[in-house]
Amino acid sequence: METIHTRIWQEQAEPDNPFAALSCHCHGYDVYGELLAQASWIEYLFLLFRGEAPTKQQARLLEGLAIALANPGPRDASVHAAMCGGVGGSTSASCLMAALAVGAGASGGAREVFNAMQDWQVRGIDLALWQSELAVKPVDDPADIWPAAGHPAGFDPYGVRCTTPVLQTLAHLAALDCAPSLSWLQDHRVALETAAGLPLAMIGVAAAALRDLGCTPEQGEMLLLLLRLPGAAVHALEQKGTGYKNFPFFQIELENDPGPAKSSTEQNAENLVGGAA
Amino acid sequence: MNGPELLEQHVGMLVTRAGAFIPGERAVFRGYDLHTSLKDLDWLELYLFGITCRRFTAQQMKVLHSMWTYTSYPDARLWNNRVAALAGTARSPGNLGLAAASAVSDAQLYGRGADIRACEFLTRARIQVEGGADLEALVRVELKEKRGIAGYGRPIVAADERIAPMMARVREYGMDGGKHLKLAFEVEKILFEGRLRLRMNYAALAAALAADCGLSPKQYYLLGFPVFLAGMPPCYLDAAEKPEGQLFPLPCQMLSYKGVPHRRWHATNPASCSG
Repeated sequence: METIHTRIWQEQAEPDNPFAALSCHCHGYDVYGELLAQASWIEYLFLLFRGEAPTKQQARLLEGLAIALANPGPRDASVHAAMCGGVGGSTSASCLMAALAVGAGASGGAREVFNAMQDWQVRGIDLALWQSELAVKPVDDPADIWPAAGHPAGFDPYGVRCTTPVLQTLAHLAALDCAPSLSWLQDHRVALETAAGLPLAMIGVAAAALRDLGCTPEQGEMLLLLLRLPGAAVHALEQKGTGYKNFPFFQIELENDPGPAKSSTEQNAENLVGGAA
Repeated sequence: MNGPELLEQHVGMLVTRAGAFIPGERAVFRGYDLHTSLKDLDWLELYLFGITCRRFTAQQMKVLHSMWTYTSYPDARLWNNRVAALAGTARSPGNLGLAAASAVSDAQLYGRGADIRACEFLTRARIQVEGGADLEALVRVELKEKRGIAGYGRPIVAADERIAPMMARVREYGMDGGKHLKLAFEVEKILFEGRLRLRMNYAALAAALAADCGLSPKQYYLLGFPVFLAGMPPCYLDAAEKPEGQLFPLPCQMLSYKGVPHRRWHATNPASCSG
């Protein structure tokens, strides 16, 4: 029999039904016999990703990060996408898929966290290295499905100065004694911002926090996608109730409007050969 | 001007050359009236026009159509198709399943990730060879730096049944003389005669043909989005028409656990309030 190999999940079947689990163990812990009563959601989330129970400080760090990320607010592109689903009566799953697709991006999304965490792996706490590499604009790789962002990962491309919520989050998380990367980021924030020419963004704080939680860039990317979904969900539901007449449709200015069609022969599609619209 | 001042300019307004619809009147697609100027385009032509802003010859369109047709496999074992089929057995809406299955096709081992890498390599190699570079040396460097060349070798099986019928189609429409296509076969010869004995797979062939049609790697990536789509609805429908939950049911013993042994939560966890 072909099998699914896993180091995370173990099941024992009920004696009368091979398709029903009698017990489920996650990284060795009895999920329904023990964790259900004794673990918090955040502890269980940490266990799932890291394979070990968190320390008290790690649990507080992940919980703080989860609160900071849970709702980026309706102005965020991922939540905006979810609301586009909600307002038109799309399925709940499609609203979250919309939030995931948009919130996956290298500009303000989970790919930016991935890229920032890779930067941490290379640069560590070498300030001079950060400063020299932050001065280099990200380059688009023509062989990669991911378009490059136009700014260094973890910084706000349109910011004037580091925003209050970012500073509050950084201060709160860096104060935990399991957060050396966050502490270093707090100590060197101004120097890094000067090198980047941009203020630190929430994504940059999240990347440092996820590194302090022991996550790989791949795990950090996944967690960021997951942790931002609550806000997307509730704003999609809210717009479904509010209705499309109260949702912005925006104005459009078409730079190449051919105007009302005069006749079908005047604009023959064959004339398009080789042309650029 | 930068920062918020730049954003301020775009609030509430989209300035674009992509297109727009004028409610109750008309729709503009890349600068042309969709219902008059573009009304005779078939769907793939329109899709390509949306990506490239240009038209393709009838021969190119035939080959590009076949490129899609020949890789539309309604086999629910395939990972992306399986997503569509699982949506069917779980009684999710069909289009939700197809959307997820298509998104999953942005993979590294196959699908769009392999497509864009194959197209980029062949495009880059063609330029370098025309500039005097040695192809064998290019292949060696690519293998060393990237541990493989997209479009050569295949997960699961080595042979690719799509190549012969596709090449027959290519010859039928006189598109077998393209520079990228020729190069793709030369790369196969180098790789097959080498230690790895790798054959070309469909990703390299299709990428070469797309490059010969003048598509950039990024354009080819977008062109590929619906390439597996036709095989997905049969997988969804087949599962949806059968009793729920009967597609690939997994008994508990199919989970092969290789993790840590059983342990007690409160014995190890200093974070738990009750532990």
